[in-house]
Amino acid sequence: MITATHYLVLSACLFGIGAVGVMVRKNLITLLLSIELMLNAVNLNLIAFSHQWGDMLGQVFAIFVMAVAAGEAAIGLGIITAIYRNRGTVEADQVRGMEG
Amino acid sequence: MTVHALFFYLFAALALLGAVGVVALRQPIQGAVSLLLTLLSVAALFLLRGAEFLAAAQIVIYAGGILAIFLFAIMFVAYREEEKRRRWHPQWPAAVVLGLGLAATLLAFLLRPALGVPAGLGAAQAAAGGNTEALAEVLFRTYLVPFEVISLFLIVAMVGGILMASWGVKR
Repeated sequence: MITATHYLVLSACLFGIGAVGVMVRKNLITLLLSIELMLNAVNLNLIAFSHQWGDMLGQVFAIFVMAVAAGEAAIGLGIITAIYRNRGTVEADQVRGMEG
Repeated sequence: MTVHALFFYLFAALALLGAVGVVALRQPIQGAVSLLLTLLSVAALFLLRGAEFLAAAQIVIYAGGILAIFLFAIMFVAYREEEKRRRWHPQWPAAVVLGLGLAATLLAFLLRPALGVPAGLGAAQAAAGGNTEALAEVLFRTYLVPFEVISLFLIVAMVGGILMASWGVKR
C-alpha cells in the first residue's frame, strides 16, 4: 500500500540531493538545475498532500510553483549569460564582484 | 505487490537516479539531460496521485519549456575550463553533512504516523467532472487574483530575462 508518506520520503530525498547540489557544485548552471530539483520535490509534496486530504488547493499551488520556476529559470539564465559575456566564466567562486 | 506500488518504486528510483546525476555528472549538459529523467519520473508520479493536468503541465512546462531554456543557455556558454579544474567546491564535506542532516530532519518528522487515513481526491473530482475541471473550479474562482498576479510576474520575468541576457552587448 503506497501512502502519502512514501511520496513525502521520496520528496525529502530529492530536496536533500538538490540542497547538496546547490552547496557543492561551482557551475552556476548546475546550481540552477539543482534549484529546479528542489522545486520539483516541493511540487511532489503538494500533490501528495492534495491527494491525502482530498483538496485541490495543493494542485493549485503546484501550478504557482511551476510558474515561479519558469520565471526563475528565465531570469537566472539571462543573468548567467550576462556574467559569462562580461567575466568569461560561469564558476561561482570566480565571480566575486560583491566581496567586500 | 500491487501495480501502483510497482510503478511508484520504479519511478521513484528513476527520479532519484536523475537527481544524483544532476549533482554528480561533470558537464552541465549531462546534468540537464539527467534532470529530464527526474522531471518525467515526477510527472509519472503525479499521474499515480491522480493529478493528470499537472502531469501534462509538468511535461509541457518543465521538460518542454524550462529545460529548453537551459539547453539554449548551455549552448551559449562554453565549457572548456571546467574539465580541467576541480568541479567540487572546497566546502563539500560540510555541504554533504548539512544536506544529509536536512533530509534526516525531514524524514524524522515525516515518519511519525500522524497523517491519518487518506480522504482521496475521488469525490471532489467526480463532483466537478474530472481533474482538470476540479482544478479550474478552484483556480478560477477562489484563486483568480493570484492567477492574474502570476501571469503579470511571468511577463515581468520575460522582460527581465531579455534585458539581463542582452546586458553588456556592444552595439
